[in-house]
Amino acid sequence: AGASADNVYDVVVSGGGLVGAAMACALGHDIHFCDKKILLLEAGPKKVLEKLPETYSNRVSSISPGSATLLSSFGAWDHICNMRCRAFRRMQVWDACSEALIMFDKDNLDDMGYIVENDVIMHALTKQLEAVSDQVTVLYKSKAVSYTWPYPFSMADSSPWVHITLGDGRTLQTKLLIGADGHNSGVRQAAGIRNVSWNYDQSAVVATLHLSEATENNVAWQRFLPSGPIALLPLSDTLSSLVWSTSHEHAAELVSMEEEEFVDAINSAFWSDVNHTDFIDSAGSMLQSAVAFLKPTRVSARQLPPSVARVDAKSRVLFPLGLGHAAEYVRPRLALIGDAAHRVHPLAGQGVNMGFGDISSLLHHLSTAAFNGKDLGSMSHLTSYETDRQRHNTALLAATDLLKRLYSTRATLVVLLRTWGLQATNAVSPLKEQIMAFASK
Amino acid sequence: STSRTTVDKNEMKTFLALAHRWWDEQGVYAPLHSMNDLRVPFIRDNLLRTVATHQPGKPLSGMKILDVGCGGGLLTEPLGRLGASVIGIDPVDENIKTAQHHKSFDPVLDKRIEYRTCSLEEIVKDTVETFDAVVASEVVEHVIDLETFIQCCFQVLKPDGSLFITTINKTQLSYALGIVFSEQIAGIVPKGTHTWEKFVSPEKLESILESNGLSVQTVVGMLYNPFSGYWHWSENTSLNYAAHALKSSLQEQPAPAEFALKGEAEELQAEASTNSGVQEDLKK
Repeated sequence: AGASADNVYDVVVSGGGLVGAAMACALGHDIHFCDKKILLLEAGPKKVLEKLPETYSNRVSSISPGSATLLSSFGAWDHICNMRCRAFRRMQVWDACSEALIMFDKDNLDDMGYIVENDVIMHALTKQLEAVSDQVTVLYKSKAVSYTWPYPFSMADSSPWVHITLGDGRTLQTKLLIGADGHNSGVRQAAGIRNVSWNYDQSAVVATLHLSEATENNVAWQRFLPSGPIALLPLSDTLSSLVWSTSHEHAAELVSMEEEEFVDAINSAFWSDVNHTDFIDSAGSMLQSAVAFLKPTRVSARQLPPSVARVDAKSRVLFPLGLGHAAEYVRPRLALIGDAAHRVHPLAGQGVNMGFGDISSLLHHLSTAAFNGKDLGSMSHLTSYETDRQRHNTALLAATDLLKRLYSTRATLVVLLRTWGLQATNAVSPLKEQIMAFASK
Repeated sequence: STSRTTVDKNEMKTFLALAHRWWDEQGVYAPLHSMNDLRVPFIRDNLLRTVATHQPGKPLSGMKILDVGCGGGLLTEPLGRLGASVIGIDPVDENIKTAQHHKSFDPVLDKRIEYRTCSLEEIVKDTVETFDAVVASEVVEHVIDLETFIQCCFQVLKPDGSLFITTINKTQLSYALGIVFSEQIAGIVPKGTHTWEKFVSPEKLESILESNGLSVQTVVGMLYNPFSGYWHWSENTSLNYAAHALKSSLQEQPAPAEFALKGEAEELQAEASTNSGVQEDLKK
C-alpha cells in the first residue's frame, strides 16, 4: 500500500489564474510550509512579461488594501508597484435618475484601493512562484481530467488521499486539493457540490480610455444607469479603464460601433440628466436641505468625472455577467477558493478581492494546522475556513445583487427610496466608514 | 515475566475491538483527535524551549520521541510531521497494524515513524538514554504498575529529556463525568475504556515523578466541551490534565524507592506536593 514519494503532494492547487497562483505563492512563502510539497496546475502556458507593454491591458482589477497586504506578505506587491499600478483615494457613486450620490474618501489621504492590470499581477505572482520553486512546482499546460475522492476515513486498503489524473495520463495524489478553477469549476463539479447560480441580463464592456486632458485622476467613478452601472477607473494621469455593465444587446452594440460614437456614448452615460424627473429632484433636494440643516458642516459635494476623448483601438471586449455561490466551500481534503466558490457582479469591484480574502483566511488556517502537525486535509480546520469566508462572501454577494436590482429600475417609488437611502448613507459617516472597512478587506 | 508488566490484559481486549476506528475523526476517538490541538503545541513548545534554533517547517527535526501507547498513531503522526523521528509502541497488535497501515500512504511519515507491537518494559533494554522526549498521552490511567512505568520512561530518556503525560484525575467528578457520563450516558468514549481505580491524581503522579528523578515543570488542566468537541486549557485539573517533567541531568537515578506509594501513603503525598506549588500557569 506504499506510495512513491514523487507523486504525493501536500497541497495541489487546481487553476493557475490570479487567485490560484496567489494561493500557491502564499503557501510557498509561508514559514510553516517550508517542508511541504505544493503543486500548481495551470491549463494555460507560463505568462511572463518580458517587457512591460506600453499599451495598457483592458483587463484590470480593483485591488483593495486588504488584498495589497496579502500580496505584500509574499513579495508580489513590490513587483506590482515597480511595474504599473494606480492608487485611487476617493470613490464617487451616483444615480442617473436623481441627484443622489455617495462619496467615499479617507480623511488621512490613505489609498482606498488600486487599479492594476491583471497581466501585471500575474507577472508578479509568476516571479514570486519562481522564488519558491523548491516548495512549489508549477505544471503549465496541464489540466486535471478526473478526481477520485477518498472515503471519509481510512478504510481497509484504500488510499486516504485525493487522486488526480492529468490530461497526459499521469496520476498525482494530494492530501489537500484547492479548487481555484473559476466559476465553471471542474473541481466543484467533480466533488458534486451544489452551486446556486444565475446569469444576469447584463454583459460588461471593458475598454481602455484616453481622457480629454491630464488630471490628478485618483477617483474611481461609478454611475448607476437604469441599464446597469458604468465605472471609470484610473490607470494614469491620462488613461482610465471602463467597466460598463448593460444589456446584452446594448453591450454588443457598444463593442461594434464606431470609436467616436462609443466615446460619445460613454460621456453621455456619465453626464446626461435624461433620466431625471422633477418629482425625484425636488424630493431629493428636500432631504438634502434637511441634512444640511441637521449637519451644517459638510456633505461631500458632487464632483464631475473627467471627459473621455478616445478609446484604445481593439481594447473593447465584452463578457457576460452572473452570480454564483457554492453551497459548501470545503469537503474532506478539498477547499474551494475564488470564483470556484463565488461569482459576483463587478459593480462593487470585489470579485478578485473576495478571492484574495479566501486566500488570507485559508492560509491562516492551514499555516496553523501545519505548525500543529495536523493532516492538512482534515475537516476540523477546513470548516473554520468555510465559516469565516461564507459569512463575509454571502453578505457581499447579497448586497451586490440587491444593489444591482435596486438600480435596474426607473420606478418612481424605488428611485425615491434609493435616492433618500443613498443621501442618508452619505450623510452618516459611521455607516460610510463601516461600508469602506468592509469593502477594503 | 508477568511480574514486571504494566499492561492490563483485560483492557487490551477493549481496544482490540475498536482498532479500526482510530482514524475516524468524527467517530469514537473524536475527542482524541481534537485533543491534538492542545497536546501537540504543548509538546512542541516545551521541546522548542530546550533548543536554541529550529528548522522552519519541521521544528522538531533531529529529535527522537517515544510515543508510548500510541494506539492508531493519532499523536505519533503530528509529531512526525513536525520533523521528529518517532517510535510508536502499543501492546495491541491491531493498533500497530492500523497505525502502520495509515502512515504507509504518507512517504514522509513512513520514513520518520517506526511502530512496534510491544510494551514499554520490552523496549527499555535496547533504547536506554535514546529519546529526547517520551510521550504517554492518555496512557497512565491504563497502566497497572505506574511506578515501574515511570522508571522505564526515565531510563529511555536522554539526560535533560522531557516526559509528557496527559491523563485523567482521580476525583469524584472524573468518575461522574469520565465514566458515568462519557461512557454510559453520552457515549463520547467507548464503554470499558476506563477503570476509575486506575486513575491517577496529579499529586500522586508528581510524587512518583519526583521520586524517580523527573522534575515536574508544568501541570495544567484540560477541559473538554462535549458540545463543541473542542478542548481548552484550564487551571482546573480535577478532570483531565497534562504534565511535563524533565529528566534532571545533574543527579544520578535515585535508588529504587524502598516503599511503594500505594494506598494510605497517597494522602500524605498529595498534601506534600500541593504545598510544593509546582503547578504553574501555562500560557496558551
